[in-house]
Amino acid sequence: MAEKYIARSKAIAARMLGGEMMVMSAVDSTFFTLNEVASTIWRAADGRTPLSEIVAGKVCQEFDVDPEQAQRGADRFVNELSQHGILLVSEQPLVDSVPSAERP
Amino acid sequence: MTATFGTIAPETISIEIGGKAIALRTQDPSFQRVIENRYAGFVKTSAAPHLEFDIDLCEPSESSADDALEVRMEAGDWVLQWGDLRANWNPDTGQGHIRQSFSPYSIDCVLRIAHGLILARQGGFLVHAASAIRNGKAFLFSGISGAGKTTISRLAPPDATLLTDEISYVRRDGNRYIACGTPFAGELARVGENCAAPLSALFLLEKGLQNRIEPIHPTEAIQRLLRNILFFADDPELVKLLFQSACEFASLVPIHRLVFVPDQRVWDIIR
Repeated sequence: MAEKYIARSKAIAARMLGGEMMVMSAVDSTFFTLNEVASTIWRAADGRTPLSEIVAGKVCQEFDVDPEQAQRGADRFVNELSQHGILLVSEQPLVDSVPSAERP
Repeated sequence: MTATFGTIAPETISIEIGGKAIALRTQDPSFQRVIENRYAGFVKTSAAPHLEFDIDLCEPSESSADDALEVRMEAGDWVLQWGDLRANWNPDTGQGHIRQSFSPYSIDCVLRIAHGLILARQGGFLVHAASAIRNGKAFLFSGISGAGKTTISRLAPPDATLLTDEISYVRRDGNRYIACGTPFAGELARVGENCAAPLSALFLLEKGLQNRIEPIHPTEAIQRLLRNILFFADDPELVKLLFQSACEFASLVPIHRLVFVPDQRVWDIIR
């Protein structure tokens, strides 16, 4: 299976509040509240680190979760946010600079 | 003595909301009177305007209120189109033009959008909310249509000053926010008082079986606030600004859920 690289879109506004990340699309104003696990993936979405590495190195290290279950959940999360243009997904590293996780 | 004929000096009316005046110039004395009556209490003769509009009146077209409102930036100008209303203004020079039929509602539309855009750059916003001042403190009551904005306004006791029953003007002032009166009336059909006070709380309205104030999770509060902020421009940068403004607002102003029975006792818990 091809590796997946994820990067935060520049067309979003985001802010961390009480352990949750709020993300709003600047294009269609869709609003998401990310839980702690999703926030961890969000912060690590630098366009250079493969998603599998984020899951193994961040999610599974910081949370008590089965690796396969974590990978499936991460795939679903990435798929949903990418449909709204909030996360960019590629099979190659995304070389453009990625905006700050909180104050784009 | 010199008599002049043929040229009528356009009459200028300055309408000041939230301390920001917008000047309207029209050649038509009867339309001038319509504007003066519509915005009574907000007309200022000496205020230096933030924006100045020349108004040209045209015949009404077959457009309807269901026409889509469009606000966009075009070659440095904001352009607003809605039915037979077309307005454009340059935010740098402060000069603009309105072409509309003989209707005060078109002016209302221009004022709301112009103020919304001005406020967005300054950390404030217009929000679907009733607002009132009591004991020197301002309170916002926000909610979608039917949530109770007009009801809570109608129930306000005599010692409360109503700022609006429909659209509240919120501006940033250092580490606090100020609620200002607006002439934008809802079902109450009553123009708000032209005064202002520091905001003490935002209540998100819900009708219920008893009066109570409930805490609300911060992220839900921000999401609900954002839903009620008026914003029309298709401009991602301004959307980002409003998101940040809503977050800042929520960090400085208490936000609660106000469940209320539609009778006057609800005001006993708003102080």
